[in-house]
Amino acid sequence: MIQKKLLIFFVIFFSITFNSFSLEPDIFVQSTVNRASKLLGENISKDEKIKKLKTIAKETVDIRGIGFYTLGKKRKSLNEDEKKRYTALFEEYFLKSFSSRLAEYTNPEIDVRNKDKLNENYTIVNSILKATDERPEIKIDWRIYTKNPDNPLIRDLIIEGLSLARTQKEEFASVLNSNNDDIEALFKVLKEFSQN
Amino acid sequence: MIKKIIVIIITTFALVSNLHAGSDGELLLKKNEPSKIKDCSETFNKASFALNQGLDKVIFKPVASVYRLMPSPVKTGVSNSLNNLSNVITIPNNLLQGEFVLAGINVGRFVINTTVGILGLFDVASYLGFEEYTKEDYGQSLATHGVGPGCYLVLPVLGPSTARDTIASLANFFGGDAWYNVTVRNDTHYFRDVDYYSSKVTSGVDFRAKNFDSIENLEKNSLDFYASVKSLYLQDRQQKILNSQKIIETQNDSDWEEIETQ
Repeated sequence: MIQKKLLIFFVIFFSITFNSFSLEPDIFVQSTVNRASKLLGENISKDEKIKKLKTIAKETVDIRGIGFYTLGKKRKSLNEDEKKRYTALFEEYFLKSFSSRLAEYTNPEIDVRNKDKLNENYTIVNSILKATDERPEIKIDWRIYTKNPDNPLIRDLIIEGLSLARTQKEEFASVLNSNNDDIEALFKVLKEFSQN
Repeated sequence: MIKKIIVIIITTFALVSNLHAGSDGELLLKKNEPSKIKDCSETFNKASFALNQGLDKVIFKPVASVYRLMPSPVKTGVSNSLNNLSNVITIPNNLLQGEFVLAGINVGRFVINTTVGILGLFDVASYLGFEEYTKEDYGQSLATHGVGPGCYLVLPVLGPSTARDTIASLANFFGGDAWYNVTVRNDTHYFRDVDYYSSKVTSGVDFRAKNFDSIENLEKNSLDFYASVKSLYLQDRQQKILNSQKIIETQNDSDWEEIETQ
């Protein structure tokens, strides 16, 4: 009898805890935005904000995935060593670019409105960046990678229909094109950006 | 004058309607795919881009930075007026694209906002529940009827464009823009040339002010600012041509899918 009760208890316990780990993409976006927004509203130095924003980005953005997407077809011709170097350089570049872009804003208000499940791997979460005296309302859509539902990750931000990942991809392609498709040239540009 | 406009609209519609049969959403998407649009005159475009950046630093940026300090109702009023004025190009293009109901809605919007909204300063139509306003132009109409974009172009002063959109915009000077007709083309005694040109400059300043931080941010964080602007412009055009509110229609997932196998 006790064994049966224990068994029922464990089954219920695990089914509750299992479900509670799965994070809905819209809730994930809203909580990420709230974290960033709270941080940007804090009375700390810009450098401190950048440092903390980088931590949030590392936890919530699929930096490696975005890096390979951004590289386009070129990623297929990289050897393991180049892939490793690229991943490290891209992460540094991304974190600097991402955090310095966001650090300019003070207390941005973002409301999550809707979500659209594309397939098992992707959900688009629709949100609105509220208008201020200086700029109108802006639509922001988030491409959320949901392959692991317990740990959703941001893969793209689509601002008023314009994809940041796609823009970055075409930017990288332009750097490669103007340097005879030499990956070392891209590495150099990424390094220079991160060091400046 | 009205007769001329009607003739132009009917002729253009007749010419392009034959192309319509072969163009569906997917084809339209492919034809206007940003990464497929060639930068045929890159040297000229980059020189033109540098000139525009110089003009921006000397004229548009300083003016926009002052403009954005104005009270919100003033900026909203200016923006509303410019939007209202753009209806005179949007409405003929709604017709050219076969969007007759939308053309009717926009005529209603224009009449209400010009009269009750005091020359467009107040967007009364939106308040009354009219559908969200979307601008249309002759480039979009040609694209809708299957005309490809041609090469990417950066025009001095005017900025990014494509061969198709540049040629199509000439329609504005040959009767396709009623605002140009009553200000520059014909001596109506009510308006002067300066009214047209000042509306165009104000429109540029309004755009620059609305996107002030985004442009600054983009320039500061780009590895290749020219390529970023090109990509953003072409993505925006693709979306406007498709009249798509859903971003997933303009996003190709195949590259993302490939990453899974990396």
